[in-house]
Amino acid sequence: MGYKAKFRVWRGEGGEGRLEDFTVEVNEGEVVLDVIHRLQATQTPDLAVRWNCKAGKCGSCSMEINGKPRLGCMTRMSTFEEDETITVTPLRTFPVIKDLVTDVSFNYQKAREVPSFTPPADVKPGEYRMQQIDVERSQEFRKCIECFMCQNVCHVIRDHEENKPNFSGPRYFIRIAELDMHPYDVADRKEPAQDEHGLGYCNITKCCTEVCPEHIKITDNAIIPMKERVVDRKYDPLVWLGSKIFKRQR
Amino acid sequence: MTQTTAESAVRKQRAQIRVRTLRTDRWWLAPVLTFAGLFLFLIYGFWAMFDLSMLAGSYIAPFSSPCLAAATCPEGARLFGFAPFGDWYKLPPGLLILAFPGGFRFTCYYYRKSYYRSWWMSPPACSVAEPHSKYTGESRLPLILQNVHRYFFYVAAIIGLILTYDAVLSFRDADGNWGHVGLGTVILVVNAVLVLCYTFGCHSCRHITAGRLNHFSRHPLRYKAWTLVSKLNARHQQFAWASMVSIVVADLYVRLVAKGVINFPFA
Repeated sequence: MGYKAKFRVWRGEGGEGRLEDFTVEVNEGEVVLDVIHRLQATQTPDLAVRWNCKAGKCGSCSMEINGKPRLGCMTRMSTFEEDETITVTPLRTFPVIKDLVTDVSFNYQKAREVPSFTPPADVKPGEYRMQQIDVERSQEFRKCIECFMCQNVCHVIRDHEENKPNFSGPRYFIRIAELDMHPYDVADRKEPAQDEHGLGYCNITKCCTEVCPEHIKITDNAIIPMKERVVDRKYDPLVWLGSKIFKRQR
Repeated sequence: MTQTTAESAVRKQRAQIRVRTLRTDRWWLAPVLTFAGLFLFLIYGFWAMFDLSMLAGSYIAPFSSPCLAAATCPEGARLFGFAPFGDWYKLPPGLLILAFPGGFRFTCYYYRKSYYRSWWMSPPACSVAEPHSKYTGESRLPLILQNVHRYFFYVAAIIGLILTYDAVLSFRDADGNWGHVGLGTVILVVNAVLVLCYTFGCHSCRHITAGRLNHFSRHPLRYKAWTLVSKLNARHQQFAWASMVSIVVADLYVRLVAKGVINFPFA
């Protein structure tokens, strides 16, 4: 059964804009992105929204729905009351290009700052031999669809724009963890994680984990293990002593 | 459609929405309940630290175990058979113990989340703006000291084992005969199990067992331990709260028995 839903959609360019009210038809089984598309088709042909797969796998349609970062294509209209006003805004951490479309190039810049996979010099491609249990831990992180909702919700940069130069954000902490846990990666990633990527800024309030549409345990499986590895490297005198006595590689 | 170029001055602007949050759910409820829960725990812990009724038959109040101060615990420490802190020690006996499990919980990754959100509002909830104008997190003093967590874990693990020992001793009656099972025995056993599940499900424990390794296949026993700790770790929040409640219940129960307030058969 269809009904008329009340929508408030942020519209504007750059940072300037306002929330505009609409009443729009909703049919059974639809998601928020469907309703946004109906708005485009019937009332606001110039409404800008980024989307692609409509299956929760491309990470394009990230937006904030009733204040929470969500994928528009995965947010069912049936989760709202029919008389509820649904507020849709662009991601709040990134600059707006137009309406619901934000400029996420901050993330691409941070991606370039993480050195790529670095195998040992004496191991050639094709010679890697790994057990499944050695790689499955970091395979979880490869589920990331780069929707950047974890980056958006992280208060370190969401509430403090000035931290952006010093903080890479949860998406890149899982990238660093993935590489650091890789059996064949030999690059030093612990000290850079703390000193260059701002791991210490994270106060593990787990919002990144809460919003991840792929249900990656970002905090428990990537950020906290990396923090512990940083403690090994920088702050734990016993580990330092052990590495000296037993000549362990750190 | 308006063309916006990378050079546009306005392009670098976020959406200007002058409200703290647009969330419509009861996002404030979790931080309020967490604040209240932690506050009550601190109040109780402070009282228990000064209360001297810690022994009731074979039961010992968890907040005062192991009993280390001779002046307040004339039987001496059961675990060691003597009291390392002699008559010269005048401060509350609980102070000797609580600093370590207290520090363990204070630096615990779960509790950090809970009090950063509920006490410091940094942030109070996801997508809710925090009130602070500046933020450096745990990147510098004093919060960088949270990295000492694993050392508190080492001590908390010992104390957890001592609480287990106390729970085993609670199967003795007041005369020292084995076979006694009272309500206090059940409470102390449940408390010991929950404290152990919380302590050994800690993120530092997970790291120490095998989390620091990159080749699990070369260390099958450590990998097995890591998988077990990971199972506990997945419920770390639940065990944190459950053990916090159980330790207060167990501690209060023993003290009430010691004071004679609870005085029924099979107590």
